[in-house]
Amino acid sequence: MIDLDLQDVGLRALNQRLHDIAPETNERDFRVLNPMGKHAIAVGLNAPLKVTVEGHVGFYCGGMNKEAEITVQGHAGPGVAENMMSGLVRVKGNASQSAGATGHGGLLVIEGDAASRCGISMKGIDIVVGGSVGHMSAFMAQLGHLVICGDAGEALGDSIYEAKLFVRGTVESLGADCVEKEMRPEHLETLSDLLARAGIDADPAAFRRYGSARKLYNFDVDHADSY
Amino acid sequence: MDPDTPRTTPRKSALFDDYTLSEIRRAASTGLYDIRGGGAKRRFPHFDDLLFLGASMSRYPLEGYRERCGTDVALGTRFAKKPLELKIPITIAGMSFGSLSAQAKEALGRGANAAGTSTTTGDGGMTPEERGHSKQLVYQYLPSRYGMNPDDLRKADAIEVVVGQGAKPGGGGMLLGQKISDRVAEMRTLPKGIDQRSACRHPDWTGPDDLEIKVQELREITDWEKPIYIKIGGARPYFDTALSVKAGADVIVLDGMQGGTAATQEVFIEHVGQPTLACIRPAVQALQDLDMHRKVQLVVSGGIRNGADVAKALALGADAVSIGTAALVALGDNDPHWEEEYRALGTTAGAYDDWHEGRDPAGISTQDPELAKRLDPELAGRRLANFLKVMTLEVQTIARACGKTHVHNLEPEDLVAVTVEAAAMAQVPLSGTDWIPGKTDR
Repeated sequence: MIDLDLQDVGLRALNQRLHDIAPETNERDFRVLNPMGKHAIAVGLNAPLKVTVEGHVGFYCGGMNKEAEITVQGHAGPGVAENMMSGLVRVKGNASQSAGATGHGGLLVIEGDAASRCGISMKGIDIVVGGSVGHMSAFMAQLGHLVICGDAGEALGDSIYEAKLFVRGTVESLGADCVEKEMRPEHLETLSDLLARAGIDADPAAFRRYGSARKLYNFDVDHADSY
Repeated sequence: MDPDTPRTTPRKSALFDDYTLSEIRRAASTGLYDIRGGGAKRRFPHFDDLLFLGASMSRYPLEGYRERCGTDVALGTRFAKKPLELKIPITIAGMSFGSLSAQAKEALGRGANAAGTSTTTGDGGMTPEERGHSKQLVYQYLPSRYGMNPDDLRKADAIEVVVGQGAKPGGGGMLLGQKISDRVAEMRTLPKGIDQRSACRHPDWTGPDDLEIKVQELREITDWEKPIYIKIGGARPYFDTALSVKAGADVIVLDGMQGGTAATQEVFIEHVGQPTLACIRPAVQALQDLDMHRKVQLVVSGGIRNGADVAKALALGADAVSIGTAALVALGDNDPHWEEEYRALGTTAGAYDDWHEGRDPAGISTQDPELAKRLDPELAGRRLANFLKVMTLEVQTIARACGKTHVHNLEPEDLVAVTVEAAAMAQVPLSGTDWIPGKTDR
């Protein structure tokens, strides 16, 4: 494991180091020390690296990640793993707003709670939250899965497209065009797999599924009040 | 009444004119607001209301076609390791694959290449074709993030963070279902045939402080190589420009309300935002107040139609301009050649603006393969290159007449306005006076 002390090397050098890993090298395992809540740590990674951040991070940690496995041993600021393409980002603590925003792929695990707009505009990413999520989570969620082991705040899944939401606790309210749907065996199977990959011990049968009613997919003046 | 009694001529209301009446009837019949493409159509003070003074006893002109008058511009010199080096100060504005056909995007790239300038992606991501046909390609970073991925980000020559658009500052977008082909749907990760809404706000930042962090992230992802533009609609140009500088922009793209859109509500296009002419001087003032004029480049767009418009924008302090609607017209949009088909659509050449419906006879704002193949990308690209070269020659003609060895040497002192409104907006004297409304005593 290679230690990179962010206080010593600085953000630019840290990210450049992680971007410049040659394919033939065996340098794959990094530890980032003293993150001090800085923004844009380990963004744009493009290789199967393992990066452990020893502390709290600011905005956009793991942004646009491809292939790398990033673990935050603390809390994360807004937009953790935003627009992730593949790989894994795990937050051991809580995450601020817009976690996993617009993510296209990969798995984001937040072991604690996530604030508002978790999974906003998600486009294929899978997100598993061990605790609860704030309001407007999965807003305009296009594709992927959002698993919430705790409760969901108001307007869950507002204007949702084809993403699938699973909630174990209570939902304060559903957003426009988001409805509860039948939990069929294939959904239980998907959910079991997501929980297993996230390392969270929970009974899939205790969850409820939500998704799009698809009534707002094409503009209709008779649905204007829903917009 | 005696039929010979004189009667007043029937008089239509200036308020309830034919267009207004037709719109009321249309709304009453359909229950839908009117959506269309393009920018503001009604008359506002614009570049036509300004005139260049040319040379005189105190200004020494350059010999046309003989003495050099430079047109090159570098965009992104503040922070980026690799600024864009353009031969001409006219760029192609962001227009998406989806709203435009693949042939039209290719033609824009070809034309821009031939003229030595850049073109720009739009909502929906970057297609391999436009990357392949554009030597210098600006990649838009929009609220929807449709198609956004780090590989394309790294392939881009510059990144344009879109905060606003002149046609709809504060508004999102809508690509109607009829234009969502299999390919467009796949690029946007949405089902085919549904309306695709583009959010009006970015999903992971709010306000200029957050934007500064977002810009930092984009720079880190791309190793500080790419110029980062921030595009703002013509809303509060002084403060939006100042805040863009604060957020770390290399380049600011300022789009006035005559700037086009693929599809927006008519009420939005015509009633929200400020005219392009009114936006330039406040933006330049903000740059000057921060000692950033010419250090952060200003690109102006919204109703640029010819070399005179370009020259006037530059004289008011812009470093470059961007064209969208004019570029589409150069490709063949609204060409009278298709008049019969325009009439079948209930319109006429020059007025066709239902770009969102995807039935463009010219094959430009469509995803219909039969219509799209009407546009020959090579030929259309050639037309665009010709148009860009003519505009550049026109700018040089004016600049030489004003005694400038580079088009960037044009200045407000070269201009007068022919209307009080234009004088106030452009902050140049009313023709025949030394009066600048709002600046000098009458």
